[in-house]
Amino acid sequence: MALLSKKDRGLILDPLADNNPITIQVLGICSALAITAQLKASIVMGISVMFVLGVGNVVISLMRNIIPSKIRIIVQLVVVAALVIIVDQVLKAFAYELSKTLSVFVGLIITNCIIMGRFEAFALGNGPWRSFLDGIGNAAGYALILVIVGFFRELLGSGTLLGFKVLGDPIAKTGLYAIGYENNGFMLLSPMALIVVGIIIWVQRSRNKALIEEN
Amino acid sequence: MANTDKNSYTVIFAVVMVLVVGSLLAFTASSLKPAITENERFEKQQNILYAMGINENVEGSVNFIPTDKVEAEFGKYIKEQLVIQNGKIEKDSSAYLIDLKQQLAKDMSERKLPLFVGEKEGKDYYIIPMYGKGLWDAIWGFIALDENYVVQGVYFDHKGETPGLGANIKERYFMDDFTGEEIMAGTEFEGITVAKGNNDPLNERKDDGKVDALAGATITGNGVTAMINSTVKLYIPYLKDLKI
Repeated sequence: MALLSKKDRGLILDPLADNNPITIQVLGICSALAITAQLKASIVMGISVMFVLGVGNVVISLMRNIIPSKIRIIVQLVVVAALVIIVDQVLKAFAYELSKTLSVFVGLIITNCIIMGRFEAFALGNGPWRSFLDGIGNAAGYALILVIVGFFRELLGSGTLLGFKVLGDPIAKTGLYAIGYENNGFMLLSPMALIVVGIIIWVQRSRNKALIEEN
Repeated sequence: MANTDKNSYTVIFAVVMVLVVGSLLAFTASSLKPAITENERFEKQQNILYAMGINENVEGSVNFIPTDKVEAEFGKYIKEQLVIQNGKIEKDSSAYLIDLKQQLAKDMSERKLPLFVGEKEGKDYYIIPMYGKGLWDAIWGFIALDENYVVQGVYFDHKGETPGLGANIKERYFMDDFTGEEIMAGTEFEGITVAKGNNDPLNERKDDGKVDALAGATITGNGVTAMINSTVKLYIPYLKDLKI
């Protein structure tokens, strides 16, 4: 990390913990609920958002002095949408299998509020390199929570991780299932993602009291 | 720097942006089009072969014939491609490219129904394409029957079913249950029902026309039932002709 100054390092590391887009800013909750039933989907979504946010932040940052302020939100939307469509087409042409797994998620990236949030809050006021770091950092913070939630939901809901039956076979009653363990089907439903995110927020705030707002 | 708040600047910026982004997207789409069409073609061949049991499945997961080999394998195992239109059956070597969704929207008289006859180890397979509606979007697939109307294999796919729930229709443990089921009850078409409360998770009763539903995916399961029953039914009269 000697490559980066202390300030730049903060751009990457802060969103991973004390300024996490999901648990602190409570952005991007919609996709965190929708796609975390499986760990694989969470990882893929995290990587896709990292790409779109990293590149998008640079593009917006380069154009920040010429974008008319009246239509800046529309300009941001156009940039995200164009990037997402390009990613989708390139995947379909060169990584067809992967694009099948991603299917709807690629389209969902457009609606991710973290992306518009970072464009508006950071890229419009900062240079391309710092915007790039900010984009990568925030996407990594988002991906981290997605992976944690996906890990617990898949493990407790389906008894698998990345599709591997880590707890044994629920139908043939092997492994843990032999002693009466059952999968919790609730974990597969979206509301449980919210509860898992809530538990993460609780753990995070009880470890770092400075994060608790006064009211 | 020009005054970026002026209306004229805003309008010009918007026009230029739309032109630039529009042509960029059009360029990307048209230059990638051939590669995408090719991928879709291979996928269809893979799916058809998968339904008749030509695949590279290892334990528990779905593995197709690799794309570089699929063209040759398709030619080897699919001995006839037929198109049914207006009660007549004709051969058509590009029948697998027919989009069933478009055909089902047409009138009966104009509708072209593709049907594939495969042969593996001296046994004939009749592979029927299917198309229907899941919870969120389209579902489709292929079902392979033998001459006694016993299911030899299926392949399902979907556009946007819920991951972890309805999306599991394309998992082995769901698709494999269809093998061995009969779609006819005597001489009447019965179809296959994705049943809740089937009390048969290991699918020990093979020929009851029922497979165990997926938990949390009622609507997708009902969609699969409806898809099989509505599309396969269209082929039944012709299957009778083909065999004798």
